[in-house]
Amino acid sequence: MSGEPKIAVRGLKKAFGHKVVLDGLDLDVGVGESVVVIGGSGTGKSVLVKCIMGLMEPDAGSVKIDGREVTGLPRGEREKVMQKFGMLFQGSALFDSLRVWQNVAFGLIQGHGMGQAEAKELALKTLGAVGLGPEVGELWPAELSGGMQKRVALARAIASKPEIIIFDEPTTGLDPIMGDVINNLIVQCVRDLGATAVSITHDIASAHKIADRIAMIHKGKIIWQGAAKAIDQSGNAYVDQFIHGRAEGPIQMEIRAL
Amino acid sequence: MNFLARIGHVTLGFCTGTGRLTMFTLNAVSHCFRPPIYYKLIGRQFVDIGYYSLPVVGLTAIFIGMVLALQLHTGFSRLTGGESAIAQVVVLGMTRELGPVIAGLMVAGRIGASIAAEVGTMRVTDQIDALSTLSTNPFKYLVAPRLLAGIVALPCLVLVADIIGVFGGFLVASYKFGFNPSAYLQNTADFLQRDDVISGLIKSSVFGFLIALMGCYCGYNSRGGAQGVGAATTYAVVSASVLILMFDYILSALLFSS
Repeated sequence: MSGEPKIAVRGLKKAFGHKVVLDGLDLDVGVGESVVVIGGSGTGKSVLVKCIMGLMEPDAGSVKIDGREVTGLPRGEREKVMQKFGMLFQGSALFDSLRVWQNVAFGLIQGHGMGQAEAKELALKTLGAVGLGPEVGELWPAELSGGMQKRVALARAIASKPEIIIFDEPTTGLDPIMGDVINNLIVQCVRDLGATAVSITHDIASAHKIADRIAMIHKGKIIWQGAAKAIDQSGNAYVDQFIHGRAEGPIQMEIRAL
Repeated sequence: MNFLARIGHVTLGFCTGTGRLTMFTLNAVSHCFRPPIYYKLIGRQFVDIGYYSLPVVGLTAIFIGMVLALQLHTGFSRLTGGESAIAQVVVLGMTRELGPVIAGLMVAGRIGASIAAEVGTMRVTDQIDALSTLSTNPFKYLVAPRLLAGIVALPCLVLVADIIGVFGGFLVASYKFGFNPSAYLQNTADFLQRDDVISGLIKSSVFGFLIALMGCYCGYNSRGGAQGVGAATTYAVVSASVLILMFDYILSALLFSS
């Protein structure tokens, strides 16, 4: 990593009632780098990316994008920062009242004020880039399979050529082959755009494929981070347990007997 | 002590709820006046609220007008010469009170529920967050068009309901009780004042605002999947109905105080 990081997170804290989700988390993401955050369910991965994007206000700590503090920004300023982002949601979150091409063109028309015809052309081109033909553009999101929905959502996230793309569980709920298709598309899209990527997943195969660097989150903190290739020799008992998917180890699920 | 704690908890909950609704309302109303204004969405909502509610509002209005004439006839027959006042009471009751309230309650059931369910589903499937990530303010895109459409559509509906309700009364009076049709209509027209209709339309405009507001507020704050959306829908309809009756009294007291 050289120069100023694209995203710098420092001492991020967030609690819901008594439940502490993020507990002073630090994370840097360099320009053009792809960082994957792994961790079990309910360890605060989603909350972390929501805080980075400003969909959620943290209780304490700072988030800097391009060296500029973005927590506590007023709504109008926040919308400008938001234009740098694209996000692929876990459940795709396609607008079901709009056709597929309108979904992909949404950010272009609403956020960037592009004309309908031009936006449609670009939307169909972006759909092509994720392997979907122009005929899909006229369908409704409900008519698509899960894998196709994910690809449309990916097209929507990259259509306005964002500087930072967030992937929230990109392969969850897909079959292994479609999961790999999505992984390849993510790698290709991020490389073509030269974008910075932050992904959260608990799919190790996916993490290996799309990450330059992997960070593991546990109990609201980053407990290990390193190059994606180094994860198998991390020497960290938590990471080892996670990547091998063992129930026994330092991470204990609290299970009470019946 | 436990009892006191509970009272405090309920009071605090009430205050937070009221505060949150107030903030939501102010935010939503301010977005109704600030560009960009989505005329196309307002139009679509207007058709949904106004045009598609016509059958149900028309049906209820005609039966209310009919039953009003029926009840007044049995009631007024106890007074000497009271029967001749049926035309006047029907038209006054419909325009000032029953038209707006009945239309308001019917639309609260139809539209309040559908707004809450639609916005609530968008919330739980991350579509509202997706709007934000695509540089679109959800208040502007979802809430403001519905509020504006509600404010305009309800008076139009009530105007139709008034006419149909008076016609219902006319049918019963002239065909069941043998009133002279032209004398009945003449009585109605002579007695009706412009302010009777206008006060009803002002009320209905407020009702339209309340219905759309509660639908959006409950949907926007829904949590936790299908059950959360169901609860939001129920709450939207119940609270809108109660608020309609509450504001009906307040507005009547204000409008007819002089």
